Amino acid sequence: MSSDMPKPEELARVSFQPPESDWMDTPVQFKSGTYNFPAAKKNVEYLKMPNPHAWAVDDKDWMLGDKWKEKILDGISDRLQKFRSFSLFMDICVRCGACADKCHFFMGSGDPKNMPVLRAELLRSIYRKNFTVAGKLLGSLAGGRELTEDVIKEWYYYFYQCTECRRCSVFCPYGIDTAEITMIGRELLYELGLGINWALEPAANCFRTGNHLGLQPHTFKDNIEFVVDELETATGINAMPSFNRKGAEILFITPSADVFAEPAIYTLMGYLLLFKYLDLDVTFSSYASEGGNFGLFTSHDTIKSLNAKMYHEAERLGVKWILGGECGHMWRVVHQYMDTLNGPANHLEVPRSPITGTVFENTRSTKMVHICEFTADLIKHNKLKLDPRRNRKVIPTFHDSCNPARALGLFEEPRYILRNVCEQFYEMPENTIREQTFCCAGGAGLGNDENMEMRLRGGLPRGNAVSYVRDKHGVNMLACICAIDKATLPPLVEYWAPGVGVCGVHELLGNALIMPGESEERKAGKINLRAEEDDDESEGGGDV
Amino acid sequence: MYDAGKIVLGLAVFVGVSAFPIWYNIAAGKGAYAVQLEPPPNGTKQCVAETANGYMRAEHMHILDEWRNMVVRDGKRPKVTVDGVHYDYSLSKTCMNCHSNKEKFCDSCHTPAGVAPACWDCHVAPEDK
Amino acid sequence: MKAVSALVAVIVLFAIAYMVGPSAKFVFGVAVPYAAMAVFLGGIIYRVAFKWGKAPVPFAIATTCGQQKSLPWIKHASLENPSTTGGVILRMAFEVLTFRSLFRNTRVAVKDGPRVTYDGEWVLWAAAMLFHWSFLVIVLRHMRFFTEPVPFFVPLLQAVDGFFEIGIPALYLTGVGLLLAASVLFLRRMLDAQVRYISLMADYFPLFLVMGIAITGILMRHFMKTDIVSVKEMATGLATFKPVVPDGVGPIFFAHMFLVCVLLAYFPFSKLTHMAGVFMSPTRNLRCNSREVRHINPWNHPVRVHTYAEYEDEFRDKMIACGLPVDKKETEEPKKAKAGEKKVDD
Repeated sequence: MSSDMPKPEELARVSFQPPESDWMDTPVQFKSGTYNFPAAKKNVEYLKMPNPHAWAVDDKDWMLGDKWKEKILDGISDRLQKFRSFSLFMDICVRCGACADKCHFFMGSGDPKNMPVLRAELLRSIYRKNFTVAGKLLGSLAGGRELTEDVIKEWYYYFYQCTECRRCSVFCPYGIDTAEITMIGRELLYELGLGINWALEPAANCFRTGNHLGLQPHTFKDNIEFVVDELETATGINAMPSFNRKGAEILFITPSADVFAEPAIYTLMGYLLLFKYLDLDVTFSSYASEGGNFGLFTSHDTIKSLNAKMYHEAERLGVKWILGGECGHMWRVVHQYMDTLNGPANHLEVPRSPITGTVFENTRSTKMVHICEFTADLIKHNKLKLDPRRNRKVIPTFHDSCNPARALGLFEEPRYILRNVCEQFYEMPENTIREQTFCCAGGAGLGNDENMEMRLRGGLPRGNAVSYVRDKHGVNMLACICAIDKATLPPLVEYWAPGVGVCGVHELLGNALIMPGESEERKAGKINLRAEEDDDESEGGGDV
Repeated sequence: MYDAGKIVLGLAVFVGVSAFPIWYNIAAGKGAYAVQLEPPPNGTKQCVAETANGYMRAEHMHILDEWRNMVVRDGKRPKVTVDGVHYDYSLSKTCMNCHSNKEKFCDSCHTPAGVAPACWDCHVAPEDK
Repeated sequence: MKAVSALVAVIVLFAIAYMVGPSAKFVFGVAVPYAAMAVFLGGIIYRVAFKWGKAPVPFAIATTCGQQKSLPWIKHASLENPSTTGGVILRMAFEVLTFRSLFRNTRVAVKDGPRVTYDGEWVLWAAAMLFHWSFLVIVLRHMRFFTEPVPFFVPLLQAVDGFFEIGIPALYLTGVGLLLAASVLFLRRMLDAQVRYISLMADYFPLFLVMGIAITGILMRHFMKTDIVSVKEMATGLATFKPVVPDGVGPIFFAHMFLVCVLLAYFPFSKLTHMAGVFMSPTRNLRCNSREVRHINPWNHPVRVHTYAEYEDEFRDKMIACGLPVDKKETEEPKKAKAGEKKVDD
């Protein structure tokens, strides 16, 4: 975090007073720390997207190319015919303002264009001017405005100040979903070659190497081997998985951050221990080595293109079904897009837990099970020996990640696991969890360093809820089931709620799992997956 | 997924509900409504108040309300004098002396207008003569 | 400023009808109402069937607001995360009849500390409920003018609506309710700095229009009486396509009726289409079982994909070197396939 970041008390002093000038007459201002850097030309080229060019946000001329207005208007027209959501959401908003203070970026910045309603109006005003009778005749009187380069710049700023977390859609009386608007808005910007690099480079990398950091197959494997070594140091157990193994029963796909980034690697350790414990017939793939889908932050076509690898690899390896790791937007794609775009997966079987025999009826068509569903079922059937005392130093709360919350409704499974692997568990205030959960403010491609001020601003509601339970219940760990969370929440809690760590649910499961052949130290509950040793004798050892 | 069937069904319901007055009137078979008020059978031309320009149509309820309050609540029974003729503040004795047929006079407007005056909560309509 | 222009527009509309109406009875009493109704019905049908309806719902993008249906021992929120059509109908019914999503509304404050607080905010929900339900009852009550005999539900509604018997004729609570609710919504728009900032003229105009309709209606019932029997003759004439324009209908009536006609004609081309749109919102009206049942996208076109074969071709040597299994032991031809060149339809 840059050292010139104001203190939390100062950053939280947000003015909610809108400017004097009407929003249509208030040009966008790119303030350092609140915007994302443009997508590099090479990435636009690699993904064969239109108008690749090098440009910078503070350039006066963004080089939108020939006939850029027509491209935008054609793009709008095309999508009005393809997406009922878009067509509908352009027309039916009544501007009641119920969504306004539901957006974490508005709460943290006070910028009126971060109200979901106004974010959508940025596009609606162009729609009205060009596609409605009233707008054509009456112009601004009917809420229309001219499409200018400034509008494009404004779109770029504000469509990338939305993490597509869909919290506003919970409160909208018509279910208007700003994610639909900004997803389409971002597609429109890509018609002109405009995007952000933090989303597009991962997308390009995923396309080529299968994972967002661009790890080539040997490096991907090396990374996991490194985690396996670390795990062995901490537990005395070798939990080496198999790779690209044909004939395995289950293909396991997790966000690639789990193989290289802290604290996500500890979640991977949890999976590995679990698989070892169960002697599960499971394999990793170096080709489909990214659960996350950076297409979701780019375009619908890119979603499909990147997601195709999952079924493609499952078919090639001849597995029966797919198990997915802890991830946020990956699960939105798996639950709401995958089967539609790349299904039907007739080469797979309806998932059935080989341990409990449970058939996952809710995944009958897509044939992909969430690891929390899988593990909760194991615990319910008493298939895991767990010692919650090993997590006695951990007082967790649970951060519902946007997408598992509002695109699946995966609320109870992770909580059930947490309650079984920890001695204590506390919820954050009800307005900040479950379907009302707040974003980490770094999702949808915004979790980069150049955007840190806006991330911290958007992180205010989440951070504040964490500090609340920290002070009230002594909570010291923020458990979550999303790789982006694991990357973006640490700086957020360090800033807003220092003293609280971030971990995956399966890291805590990995700590509590009583493994055959584990080290004496682990048996005594004196070392966790992070290899943090606990010499506090007074707390006693974890007797089995 | 277009859900065309559901959209058509929804629109059919919408149009059907919007057209309620049309099909209801056809089904009821009464056709267009036109008011027919029976003039006083006793041939009287004189009323207790102005009848021109719809004054009585619009205001009779207020006159009756005032009479009712005077007589029932205040226990007074004053008279109204028109052209030297005195009339009691009385629905039965004054109004219905001329407009003797409730069905052909009162009801011919009240029923189609959906008005249910409180008069008949206490008063008994006079027998048809 | 936007509010003022909207108010002026409504006043002008009122004045036109008030002054011209009585001398152009056929225009204001027959032609305009028929035209308005035709635009209303045609406009809604056009928007729903030929605009929104022409675009498919390509993805199952329901917003889930409760626990998914997964393992049998986990309590499923069948209303907030419906997996069946029945559940969706129930969810939609709550949405349409009780504005359930709006009921969740909170007001956020960021206080020193920092401390973020969430307070229940029911003003908007209550005003919206009062507004819409009053409007519905008022429309239904008005059926007494358009139908002969008066349908059974009208006296029932009138009895309830005029329950307190304030004045003669009894004051209808819904009339006051509509005016009150519209005023609250207007004041909220003016006084809440954020809502004022997002408001367009198109937000004030229908509010003033509805207020105008309510005010002229109340005036006509209690203060500037018009001959409702003549009104009924006229209304049933319209409904039976035998239009008549009787005498005795005052200017206030023409103003009232004209404002209603403007509202009807304005409806399909404005935000008021939310009346129809709320039924079509894909974040609410879809089943949330998209892993159980495949959702079909009619335009699911092929895209460029990077196949495993292309991937292996690029990385085969490295894969072999690190012990990863490969499908082909050697590259058949030395030239490497260029990644992502092929267009594959899967």
